[in-house]
Amino acid sequence: MAEATADIAATEVRATPAAAKALSAAQRLALRYFLVAMVLFLVQMVFGLLAGLQFLMPDFLHGALDFNVNRMVHINAMIVWMLYGFIGSIYWLVEDEAGVPLVGIRLAQATFWVLTIAVAVVVIVFLVVQVGPGEMRSIWLINEGREYIEAPRWADIGIVLCMAAFFYNVAATFMKGRWSGISGTLVLDLIALAGLYFAGMFYTTNISVDQYWWWWVVHLWVEATWEVLVGCIMAWGLMKTLGVRRKIVTTWLYIEVALMFGSGILGLGHHYFWIGTPEYWLGIGGFFSALEPIPLVAMVVHAVYDAGRHGFQSNNHPALAWLIAHAFGNFLGAGVWGFIQTLPQINLYTHGTQWTASHGHLAFFGAYATIVVAFVYLALQRWRGDVWMSGGLPDKGRKWKWALALLNVGALGMTIALLIAGYEQSFTERAIGGSTWQAYFAGQTTVWFVQAMYWRMAFGVLMTVGLLLLLWDFLTIGRGETRAAKVVPGDANTR
Amino acid sequence: MSSTPWWAAEDFWRKCAIFVTAFMALVLILLTFHSLAAIQSGAGRVPAYSVINHRIDYRMDSERGYQIPVIGAEAPLFGRKLTDAEAEQLVDLGKLTVQAKNCMNCHTLLGNGAYFAPDLTKSWLDPGWGNEQAREVLMTLFLKDPVANARTFGTGRSMPNMRLTDDEVRGVIAFLKWMSAVDTNGFPRGFEPLPQGGA
Repeated sequence: MAEATADIAATEVRATPAAAKALSAAQRLALRYFLVAMVLFLVQMVFGLLAGLQFLMPDFLHGALDFNVNRMVHINAMIVWMLYGFIGSIYWLVEDEAGVPLVGIRLAQATFWVLTIAVAVVVIVFLVVQVGPGEMRSIWLINEGREYIEAPRWADIGIVLCMAAFFYNVAATFMKGRWSGISGTLVLDLIALAGLYFAGMFYTTNISVDQYWWWWVVHLWVEATWEVLVGCIMAWGLMKTLGVRRKIVTTWLYIEVALMFGSGILGLGHHYFWIGTPEYWLGIGGFFSALEPIPLVAMVVHAVYDAGRHGFQSNNHPALAWLIAHAFGNFLGAGVWGFIQTLPQINLYTHGTQWTASHGHLAFFGAYATIVVAFVYLALQRWRGDVWMSGGLPDKGRKWKWALALLNVGALGMTIALLIAGYEQSFTERAIGGSTWQAYFAGQTTVWFVQAMYWRMAFGVLMTVGLLLLLWDFLTIGRGETRAAKVVPGDANTR
Repeated sequence: MSSTPWWAAEDFWRKCAIFVTAFMALVLILLTFHSLAAIQSGAGRVPAYSVINHRIDYRMDSERGYQIPVIGAEAPLFGRKLTDAEAEQLVDLGKLTVQAKNCMNCHTLLGNGAYFAPDLTKSWLDPGWGNEQAREVLMTLFLKDPVANARTFGTGRSMPNMRLTDDEVRGVIAFLKWMSAVDTNGFPRGFEPLPQGGA
C-alpha cells in the first residue's frame, strides 16, 4: 500500500488517458502481428500437449494425427509466432526510433495479410494433407521434411518476398528519419537474417551437404541473428520502461554483438561434429560454442544492473518483469543448457536425445517468448491510452503475476523433466546399450524416463494454464484505468 | 562524460562489433569451402552413391579412437548391381521420400530431428534385423506395413503406414544403406553393427 502511494506520488499528471494520442497506422499493424503471434502461441501449446501425450499414450490419434504432424505444427507455430512477435515489436518501435511515420504503410498492411494467409494455408496443408509422395512436387507444395523449415517451397518464396517488403519498410523509414546505433544494428541484422533463409531453400540428395546448410539457417538464426535482434529490441525496451540512457544501452548492444557473433558464428561448429564433416569442427565447434554463454551473461548484468540502478521504478511493471525473465531465461536456457552438452566429448552421448529437447524448450521460451510478451505489454499500455501499469493495479496485478509464474515454472519444469529423460537415454541407450534400436527402446522404457515424460506433461499443462491467464490479462489489463502512465526518470532522454 | 575510459567507449565497441563479425564470417566462409569439398559424395568422408553395391562394415580405428566405416566386397542391394547413375537415382528417390514423408519429425538422421523413434543413421546395420540375408526382406516388409510388422519393444509406439510405393521402399532402403557409410566421427557411440560375412 505504501508502495502504491509512493508510486502515485511520483506520477506527473499528464493528459488524461482518454485523450491520449491515437495509435499510428504502424502501431495498429504491430498489434495485428501480436494478435496472430498469440493465436499461434496457443496453437504451439495445443500441439505440444498432443505430442507430449503421445509419449504416454502411443495409440492416441495414431494414423490420424501422428506424432510427426503434431510435432511439426508444434515447432513451426513457434518459429512463426516468434517471427510475428519480432516483426510486431519492430513495427512498434520503428517510428519512435526513426522520428518519422512508417514509409510504405500500405505495402506493410498488404504484406501482413499475404503472410498471414500463407501461414494459414501451410498449417491447413500440414494438418490435412500431411505428407506426399517422394517427388519434388511434395517439396514444392506440401512439406519439405526438414525440421524447423518444413514450409513448402512456394511458402519459402512468399516468406522471402514478405521479408523483403518488411525490410523495405524498416530501412526506408530509418533512411527518411534518423539513424541510431540500435537501428543501424537492427537493419544490418535483418539483412543477415533474411539472407540466411536462402541457405534452406534447395534440395540435395547428399544428407551431409543438406545438414550443413540446414544448420546455417537454424543455428545462425537462433544462436546468432535472432539473439542480436532481441538485443536491439531489449535495448529499446529498457530505454522505454526504465528510462535508461541511450548511450548506455547502445554501448551494451555493441558489446553484445561483438561477443555474440564472436562466439556464435563459429559456434555453428558444434552442429558439425557428427554429420560427416571433417574432424577439425570438433575443436572449433567445441571451443567457440563453449563461449556462447558469455554474451548472455552480459545481457543479464546489463538488464539487472539497469533495473537496479533505476530502483525498479518502471512505467510498465509486467513488461519489465518479462524483460528480466528474458535476461535470465536466455542465459539459463540458451546459455547454460546449451553449454552443458556442447563439448564433443559430452555431445557424443547427448546429441539426438531428450537433452536437446530440454535445451530447446528453455532456450526458445527464455530467449524469445519472454521478450515478445514484454513487448505486447508495452503495446497494450499505449493502446489502452498510455495508462498506468506500475504498482497498485486494480487486481493487485494478480493475473500478470500468476501468468508470469505459471509460464516460467511450467517451462522450467518441462526442461528439467526432459533433462532427466535425456540422462536416462544417454546412459541406457548410448553408454550401455551401444546405440542400437533395441538400446533406444530400452532407454525409452526405463522407469525414470517414463516418469519424466509424465512430469513433462504435468508442467506442460501448467504452462498452458499460464498462457490462458496471460491472454486473459492481455484482454483486460489497463481497461477502465484512469491514471496516466508513470513518467520514468530520464524518460525525456529517450524521446 | 569525457572521463569514459577507452574500454567503455561506445565507439570502441562499435568497431569491435564490426571487426569481430567480419572476421568470424570470413573464417566461416573459408572453412565452408573446405568442408563442402570434403563432404561431396565419393570424396572420402561421404561415400559415393554406388556404395550400395557393396557391403558396409565398421572397424575400430585405434588412432582416431572410434569405429570408422569400411567399404567391403560387392554385395548389391536387392541382388542387382547398379551403375553409378542408377545408384544415385535410387538414393535420390529415397532421400526425397524421407523428406516428403516427414520422417524427421519422429526419427533423427545423423542425430538431427525428433526423438519419438530411433536414429536412422546406421539403421541399415542395426543388429535387430537378425542377419544379412533376412535384412532386405524384413526392411521391405516393415516399410510396406509398419503397423502389422511393428516391433515396439514394449513402448507401444508403432510407425504409421506412410503408404510407400514399391519404388519408394527400395529408394528409402538404398538411402539408408548409403547413409550408414558416412564417416560420422564415431557417432553414435559404441554402435555394434549386425554381423556380416567377411568384409
